[in-house]
Amino acid sequence: MLRRESTGPAFRLMSKPDAEIVQFDNVGLRYGTGKEVLTDISFTLYPGSFYFLTGASGAGKTSLLKLLYLSQRPSRGLIRMFGTDAITLPRERLPGFRRRIGVVFQDFRLVPHLSAFDNVALPLRVAGVSEREIARPVADMLDWVGLGDRRHARPATLSGGEQQRVAIARAVIARPDMLVADEPTGNVDPEMALKLLRLFESLNRLGTTVVVATHDLHLIRDVPESLIMRLDKGRLADPTGALRYPPRRAASPSPAEATAR
Amino acid sequence: MTALASRIPGLAAWRNRANGDVRLLPQGHLSGPMPWVIAIMIALTIVAAGSGLALRNAARAASADLEGGVTVQIVSAAPAERNRQADAAVAALKGMVGVAAVHRVAQSDLEALVEPWLGTRPGDDIEALPIPALIDVRLSGPAGRDRIAALRARIIPVAPAARVDAQAGWLAPVFAAIGALQWLAGGLIALLALATVASVLLASRNALGNHRETIEIVHMLGGTDRQIARVFQRGMAVDAAAGGMAGLLLGLATIFMLGRQFAPLGSGMMGAAALGWSDWLLLAAIPMLGVALAVLTARLTVLAALRKML
Repeated sequence: MLRRESTGPAFRLMSKPDAEIVQFDNVGLRYGTGKEVLTDISFTLYPGSFYFLTGASGAGKTSLLKLLYLSQRPSRGLIRMFGTDAITLPRERLPGFRRRIGVVFQDFRLVPHLSAFDNVALPLRVAGVSEREIARPVADMLDWVGLGDRRHARPATLSGGEQQRVAIARAVIARPDMLVADEPTGNVDPEMALKLLRLFESLNRLGTTVVVATHDLHLIRDVPESLIMRLDKGRLADPTGALRYPPRRAASPSPAEATAR
Repeated sequence: MTALASRIPGLAAWRNRANGDVRLLPQGHLSGPMPWVIAIMIALTIVAAGSGLALRNAARAASADLEGGVTVQIVSAAPAERNRQADAAVAALKGMVGVAAVHRVAQSDLEALVEPWLGTRPGDDIEALPIPALIDVRLSGPAGRDRIAALRARIIPVAPAARVDAQAGWLAPVFAAIGALQWLAGGLIALLALATVASVLLASRNALGNHRETIEIVHMLGGTDRQIARVFQRGMAVDAAAGGMAGLLLGLATIFMLGRQFAPLGSGMMGAAALGWSDWLLLAAIPMLGVALAVLTARLTVLAALRKML
């Protein structure tokens, strides 16, 4: 997957074009002058794959997701996203990349002054989609997550589970190339959790790469084709997928495998 | 609007962009102190600019009036000699190249000039006072030093008691004072503009701080700095336009009141200080310049702050 090429003045990591959606190579992250919260993280995510990111609280799952949705730059290492070096990516090109990533934040991060409808419509409005084209899909999405009758409600008046569903609807409305979700089913009942998981699977089948950080082993069981990445004290404890529950296959399938799925 | 937007290329896209932008951040127009701050700044700027323009007009009118003016005084205690020399000086000046007009001020006019100081009691013989004979000379161009010297050279042989002075010279200290006041008005306008910029800068930073979380979310969803800056610009434009309108009305009302206070003075210089239509247009443009300055400041402040965020 990664190969070193020595044609330039220094070694460069090169990838096969369009073979992978994300590459991390020896990535480290520290906040300020503190110790590293992520150390030597190396993995590859392929288009159309479904990944679970597991690990104990404080293992670095959220930090790793922040790197994935370009909210943080790593302290060291190399990251390529969508075939482009994300480390040296000019700031003005970040919005274009972020629009290709849907994010479900652990704390939902809904915009408090906007209604549920406007929160879900936000990614489309940011992308410049016309109001006429926004109304229908947003209404459908809210119906689908069971909030059709709460479309005018502000986040403060929604329950935790309802806020989470709005956050998920917002993350998937623009049908991103990659969906990153941090504990997306933590505040919903098992029935809704399963329903949301099926939504993620549907998106996945349409080609979206899905990365879900979770503690919920039942959730992992419900997606048998998924791949596991497990973080332990800031290190990727199972880059080969051997610790997957139940153990089945490597965390980084070959491009051929990913395409076949 | 929908039908119009669909017919005009680009208008629909602009409207969609504007609608979308407006929903990115909460809009708290006309609720904070910013419109009032801008109204006060604009009103003070209009008063300062109006005063500066009035002073400029007065100085220009006086300068144009006095530019080619020369006063010849025949200072002699003997009335007969004074008259003789005055007549000789008038005759010498009338034939001189570059002299447009020569007018000897009548004795009755001179008496009227000194009357307020000396009184007109029955029996007073004002004619017995050694009041100089005055000759008002208009040159066809500015009364420079060379021309004054030439006039002296022509007059002194026939009227040795003559004193020749450029009229503009008498008012030189007044012009200098007017110039200083104009600079003061300009300085005040510059300071007010700086204060406006500082106020907008602080307000923008404050708003950025209040909406930081929302801005981060919009960033994470792929929002650009320009999209976010547009929201702040639009908010500031609304506040500045409202403040500018109020400031314009307040400033114009102040100028009208000042004009009414000064008008009864009846001085020629005060009359010349009246504002022309171009001056009024300039004053009316000040709120627009204020809005542009506020919007530009908000945009640059927000973009600079956003550049520090990832």
